Amino acid sequence: MADATAVTITSDLDVVSARQAGRELAVLAGFSQGDQTVIAAAISEIARNILIYARRGEVHLRLAVEADRSGVIVVATDQGPGIADVERSMQDGVSTSGGLGLGLGGAKRLMDEFHVDSVPGTGTTITMKKWRRRV
Amino acid sequence: MEVPILKQGDYLIASIQSALTDADLTQLRVSLGERVGRFRSKGVIVDVTALDVMDSFAVRTLRDLAHTTWLRGAETVIVGIQPDVAFAMVQLGLTLKGVATALDLEEGLEFLDRQLKGRSGRRG
Repeated sequence: MADATAVTITSDLDVVSARQAGRELAVLAGFSQGDQTVIAAAISEIARNILIYARRGEVHLRLAVEADRSGVIVVATDQGPGIADVERSMQDGVSTSGGLGLGLGGAKRLMDEFHVDSVPGTGTTITMKKWRRRV
Repeated sequence: MEVPILKQGDYLIASIQSALTDADLTQLRVSLGERVGRFRSKGVIVDVTALDVMDSFAVRTLRDLAHTTWLRGAETVIVGIQPDVAFAMVQLGLTLKGVATALDLEEGLEFLDRQLKGRSGRRG
């Protein structure tokens, strides 16, 4: 597997593909099985958000190798309706789709870095990273 | 991929074999709700040992499944949640509260036997 890949999200099957691709990258980065699962779960949440709110989008996955650490970088983009109140959308229990409202906040808790860039009417880009120290 | 459902006495056992899409999970909920009636089942076991991730949709669907079958008169127990899957669920804030769980199939069967032994009516 290459150290970068992208999955187009247009159906629930693509959500599964995205999280499986994320797990494969996490293996390459040397993450423990527990962290592989955590990364896959976070990808599943944001990929499903794309499906629910924007209907289509892309999840880009990249292996990052630095001097003293390696990690997985996930960038999810869509041209959907955008998020009017990003801060509020991250609170547990807040959902405009009738879901559990744990998607964004949950994914943030699972990852080390989490950033939402959203313009209402234009789209959303979510960047999230998980790191591990190299020994 | 559709989840195979086995009938064993008063119980139904759904054994998930591989990663499931949202549609597969929803289908499982519908199939179990229907079969509980058809076979007059008293207990349902959903074995999720093969699931390597449980996200908010999966957890919500399993919870709905358990509550649906309960309303149809059958107890449900979820078995086989892997340790790292459980940890990720807790981090996500997904607790499956109100749903019975057991370590594996064997424990799940014991749980159902205990629940149903001498049961005449049921608690609310």
